[in-house]
Amino acid sequence: MRKTNNIILETAIKVLLFFIVLYSVYIFTAGHYYPGGGFIGGLMTAGAIVLLLIAYDIKTVEGFLPVNYRILTAIGLLFAIGTSAGSLLFDVPFLTHAFGDVQLPILGELSLHTATLFDLGVYFVVVGVTMTIIQTIGEDD
Amino acid sequence: MSFLHLAIVAPLILSIFIPLFYRTFRQIHTGWFVLPLPILLFGYFLTFLPETMSGTSFIKMINWIPSLGINFTAKVDGLGLLFSLLITGIGALVVLYSIYYLAKNKEKLNNFYVYLLLFMAAMLGVVLSDNLIVMYAFWELTSFSSFLLIGYWYERDKSRYGAQKSMLITVFGGLAMLGGIILLYIMTGTFSFTEIMSQANEIFNHALFVPALLCILLGAFTKSAQFPFYIWLPDAMEAPTPVSAYLHSATMVKAGIYLVARFTPVFGEHILWFWLVAGVGVLTMIWGSVFAVKQTDLKAILAFSTVSQLGLIMSLLGVGAAAYHYDFLDENIFTVAVTAAIFHLINHATFKGSLFMAAGIVDHETGTRDIRKLGGLMHFMPITFTISIVGAFSMAGLPPFNGFLSKEMFFTAMVHVTEMDIFNLETWGILFPVLAWIASIFTFIYSMILVFQTFTGKYQPEKLDKKPHEAPIGLLISPIILVSLVIIFGFFPNLLSDSLISPAMASILPSLLGGGGEFKVHISFWHGPTIELFMTLGVIILGLVLYITHSRWKKIYKGIPEKLELNRFYDFVLEGLQSVSYKLTNTYMNGSIRSYLVYIFAFFIIILAATLIGKNAFTFSTSNVSSIGVYEVALAILVVLGSICILFAKSRMTSIILLGAVGYTVSLFYVLFRAPDLALTQLVIETISVALFLVCFYHLPKLRKFETRMRFRLINALISVGVGAIVTLIALSAHSSKLFDSISKYYVENTYTEAAGKNMVNVILVDFRGFDTLFEITVLAIASLGIFGMIKLRLNRRKEG
Repeated sequence: MRKTNNIILETAIKVLLFFIVLYSVYIFTAGHYYPGGGFIGGLMTAGAIVLLLIAYDIKTVEGFLPVNYRILTAIGLLFAIGTSAGSLLFDVPFLTHAFGDVQLPILGELSLHTATLFDLGVYFVVVGVTMTIIQTIGEDD
Repeated sequence: MSFLHLAIVAPLILSIFIPLFYRTFRQIHTGWFVLPLPILLFGYFLTFLPETMSGTSFIKMINWIPSLGINFTAKVDGLGLLFSLLITGIGALVVLYSIYYLAKNKEKLNNFYVYLLLFMAAMLGVVLSDNLIVMYAFWELTSFSSFLLIGYWYERDKSRYGAQKSMLITVFGGLAMLGGIILLYIMTGTFSFTEIMSQANEIFNHALFVPALLCILLGAFTKSAQFPFYIWLPDAMEAPTPVSAYLHSATMVKAGIYLVARFTPVFGEHILWFWLVAGVGVLTMIWGSVFAVKQTDLKAILAFSTVSQLGLIMSLLGVGAAAYHYDFLDENIFTVAVTAAIFHLINHATFKGSLFMAAGIVDHETGTRDIRKLGGLMHFMPITFTISIVGAFSMAGLPPFNGFLSKEMFFTAMVHVTEMDIFNLETWGILFPVLAWIASIFTFIYSMILVFQTFTGKYQPEKLDKKPHEAPIGLLISPIILVSLVIIFGFFPNLLSDSLISPAMASILPSLLGGGGEFKVHISFWHGPTIELFMTLGVIILGLVLYITHSRWKKIYKGIPEKLELNRFYDFVLEGLQSVSYKLTNTYMNGSIRSYLVYIFAFFIIILAATLIGKNAFTFSTSNVSSIGVYEVALAILVVLGSICILFAKSRMTSIILLGAVGYTVSLFYVLFRAPDLALTQLVIETISVALFLVCFYHLPKLRKFETRMRFRLINALISVGVGAIVTLIALSAHSSKLFDSISKYYVENTYTEAAGKNMVNVILVDFRGFDTLFEITVLAIASLGIFGMIKLRLNRRKEG
């Protein structure tokens, strides 16, 4: 991809990136109670990386984000399938989720769900897929 | 989840880690990490012996999709256990052999062992599942993993050809089998094999009985390479030799035998079953043995020999089904056929496995498998020679090896066919022993060719790539173990009678036992001067004569069947299909995305409009329409204006931004109608797609301002108006008619209690309809790999060209 000269975007994105990623993580974790979840969170993270791609070129972004997105997709699928198959270990049908409350020292009561692990898989797959597609199309010149 | 289920999927689980082992421990052969698993599993399955010997079976169930009657029910009975032991036992030996056969620095071992483990799990799943749908899934997985293994050296044309052929034929049979399973479900209302078997008498007179029988047999015949589907097996020999030894002689091809044995209690009483199974079996046997004689490649001889031997076992099972027509167990001669089938199944695995491995050694150490180039290897490879000679003599049915015993029993069964007073066998029955006898003569000849043309005769060093020498000890261990079994079973034939054969028979012919009895299997070495013994003597004498004069018959062997070869037919059909579909595809795939969209939307309109009109589904009522506010009107105007502007945009940039604006406005609608999740998703998607456009902006061609063809624009306009109209009509009808209560009430009530979540959309996605999500992300992942592959391939080609 051609190198663009976008000083404002380049400077702004350095700060904005963290906010967007942070927000996407929030959106992901809040998913079970408020709008959000793995799909939206993943898209938002991907959006942040796309912004990076616009501001810098693909080579530079690969330099400080050396992620193989195809492997990320595979990891995500493993998470989703693993969570689903994990229920079989407890003699319940495939994809049965469990949840429960845990008392933590400082944070207080925390509700934990296996559904979150499944959703994490979705999150990884969405980031992986979106970025694989965008990266390969972007590299194609 | 029981330990048994874990044992079935254990190879799958291990296969995930194989690439990891391969990368981390480069200096250790990956096979060493695989080897412990089949050994452990073999030991584990041995612990079931006491249970199956006492006539009981072990069942464990996991609910899979209980609402459809699909459950992962694992059941160990005599037949399943016999096969499991074969799969894991031969599997362990094959893995050990492969460690020395495949060089660790040249081969893609990570691929190889992943495929092999995939296959092992699939095969265990086939023989241990009681639920037919689950069995079917594993069944197709065996086809799939065999495809990968045959195509292991995928840079060779012949490997790819062989892989495709085996896939096409076995998957075709698998689909037929699925049809049969569904017919059985219609008749019995269950997918559980145990329950189907208990209803065997009721379904016997059902109209769908015969179609189901034919479908199931089609699956069995394609898998077990029966006539005329055997053509894939010789081509499958392109796989590495350990694979041939494992899949194409000891296990996978026997899945069809397993299926026939399994379904004998259901279909066995029918005349069609007898004629098809026994008839096709005998035909395959003689066809395969004749073809084996004319081969010149060691593995090709073995492949046709496998076809022939599978036919033998198949015919025995067919004849054994006649046992159902005789009530008195003690006098029932046809149980001999089933005993022989099972005994020969085990024997075949031992001698054919060792022969394949010996052929692999010859190939490995001399660089060729062509018997015209080989000869006189006896002095260089004495151990391999010993292995081959024992294996080949057993295959030819010579004493004192195990093949002799099962062949004698085979003759016994075939001779008894003539005595049957059912199925019109008084007249046609004589064909069985005669054909069996002729096939045995040819079996004798090719067995002799196999061993003597390789190891005796003139040594021709100038035709060999390498100087031959004895194989390293690691390559020899596995065939030596198998050959020892050949000898042990030969001298102590009753070693397996009570432990394996009798329980397996109880699974094949359960109704003959009644309550609690057991089959008394006694295999005797010497059974007096009976007709069978004279048949064997005849085989040896005639076989020897024909073998010694072999060179004179060569021309005839070469001449006869060439025109009958089914391979040509297969190639002809495949090529025809390919060229037709090529032409068809080329006419509509013209490379322009506009045309594709036109097709898609045209079909969309036609199908939906036809349904709407045909079902008379259009209704319009304003009874539960809510009031329209100012915001909605404003937003609607914005969307419409934005869309119209896109049509007149002069530059790509403008149209992209306009499209984004329309998308954002739609998301505002979601906000208005209180669907924050949808709004969020829409916003993010809009942002990303606009950004994606920006990323590839440089590569897009300039927008063409004038569309030259008026007709094309007219069609476009027509289709877009049509799509809009159809969607509007459907939305109106959907809103106007409420046939059911809204399902949302269920979610409102259960979201918090069942899944402890407050966000309904998210809970539906990850929990209530998690299956959808799981498959959706899988599809996404595959799609992204597809895009990656297509673009990368194009890039590479451009670099080369």
